[in-house]
Amino acid sequence: MLPDSLREQPVPAALEAWDPAAIRSGKWDRGELTLEIAPEKIVEVARYLKQEQQFERLSAVTAVDWHPAEPRFEVVYNLHSVGRNQRLRLKCRLNGQAAEIDSVTAVWRSADWYEREVFDMFGVVFRHHPDLRRLLMPENWEGHPLRKDYPVHGYKYRYADPEG
Amino acid sequence: MSEKPANAPEQAGCRPRMTLNLGPQHPSTHGVLRLMVELDGETIVKAECEIGYLHTGIEKECEQKYYQQAVTLTDRVDYLAPLANNLCYCLAVERLLGLEVPPLAEWMRVMLTELTRLNSHLVWLGTHALDVGAMSVFLYCFREREDILRIFEMFSGQRMMTSYFRIGGLALEPPRGWHGVVKKFIDAFPGRVDEYEDLLTRNPIWLRRTKGVGWVSLEDLLDCGVTGPMLRAAGLAWDIRKAEPYSGYQRFDFRVPTRTEGDVYARYQVRLEEMRQSARIVEQAREGMPSGPYKADAPKVVLPDRERMKTDMEALIHHFKIVTEGFRVPAGEVYQVVESPRGEMGYYVVSDGTARAYRVHMRTPSFGNLQAVPKMIEGRILADCIAVLGSVDFVLGDVDR
Repeated sequence: MLPDSLREQPVPAALEAWDPAAIRSGKWDRGELTLEIAPEKIVEVARYLKQEQQFERLSAVTAVDWHPAEPRFEVVYNLHSVGRNQRLRLKCRLNGQAAEIDSVTAVWRSADWYEREVFDMFGVVFRHHPDLRRLLMPENWEGHPLRKDYPVHGYKYRYADPEG
Repeated sequence: MSEKPANAPEQAGCRPRMTLNLGPQHPSTHGVLRLMVELDGETIVKAECEIGYLHTGIEKECEQKYYQQAVTLTDRVDYLAPLANNLCYCLAVERLLGLEVPPLAEWMRVMLTELTRLNSHLVWLGTHALDVGAMSVFLYCFREREDILRIFEMFSGQRMMTSYFRIGGLALEPPRGWHGVVKKFIDAFPGRVDEYEDLLTRNPIWLRRTKGVGWVSLEDLLDCGVTGPMLRAAGLAWDIRKAEPYSGYQRFDFRVPTRTEGDVYARYQVRLEEMRQSARIVEQAREGMPSGPYKADAPKVVLPDRERMKTDMEALIHHFKIVTEGFRVPAGEVYQVVESPRGEMGYYVVSDGTARAYRVHMRTPSFGNLQAVPKMIEGRILADCIAVLGSVDFVLGDVDR
């Protein structure tokens, strides 16, 4: 449901009219618009925003881990429209047990590396991604470093204790 | 011989293809990029970038440090434009805090960030020309770069990792005599750009190596996530300093140079013109520099003056509290963008109300720009690949973080 305060704004209002079930919530904070989207609808919403609302740029995809809260992961899409000179943030909340979402690479090609990075760092799986491999960490790395339960020094090596 | 050679043709009738590894240790990859190219003769059939060799976990580190400590980490992201990173991070945290910085700090930030742009473009021009075969340009560019680094040293005591911008203002009071030093440099600089142009703009070898090379359509560039001078060289007059002004850029008079050719030569032209425009901004900022305090009056966020700590109990307490516990930042999230020398740099900072950032994501321009490289070089000869890599102007620290 779109909060009433956002009904005046053209983009959320148009998106709500196009598919009332797509938006779960939204907020306007510090001059930035954030919409929470139902995870199963993300590709359709992305395509609609790109084709009908001029959001031709996907600035970045990233994630936030709210461990131990559930739903644990927030996948964050920062969109930008050069023509409208406007930015928009989409969010999808995913459960820690089933951290899977459809890939938006078919809509914006730039999502390719960003999604690979999120997969590498958080372990979120992007379905239908053309080449979902680790991007920054070595291929045989264990664990996902940006998860909150991943210690800063990693699991494998102990630097502080010479006995260990 | 029954065994097939390693590079045997996959289909009958095809010429043998060779896979060549360019990097991760190769001078023209400007760092540790590994580029795997599949060659048919000298033509690149397929290219793939492999990154991560310089991954240092800066984003994870930002979650461990207090907000003010993380400023020094941001320098190391794009090490050719450290002040642009400082600025972006500080602006993001200041927006979370709702903190205004005094006019002197704003103007000084603009002036030094534009000097950083000059610094970064000079390294780009020198190394790019060196890759393509013009040795002497490098020496000319580094002559001017040295002057800029001396200015940085004068302000902050550091040549490269200055960390001069802090949350709430600047780290130190601007040094005595900076006006004269900056004026001397900026008066001479447009003439220096003319010198680079004399060496390259009509140089037949330079033209043959760069014209018509690396072209990709504007739609594809946008789709691949390219930003900055490469987009402007393809005809899109989009500059964040104009479109979403920050730190008072709306006060300054400058032009956004564009070209329509979208090749390596157009990128060269755009960046050279950007250097001239940046020099104009530096001069305007120097002339109009306001006076007043160099950091915000926010005792719970900004460290007090050293002298005041000797006489004022409260200042001493605030200093102790900020250094040992940091300062709390209201919960929320911001995505702050600035126009770095390479394009759109964005810091997505999430706060949970504590003294450490909950999450910092750095949307770095080089990361997006590098994604488009395979598109630019596939179907062209290997020598073009070197010219294209130079024209993309990526920094691997900026890609891998």
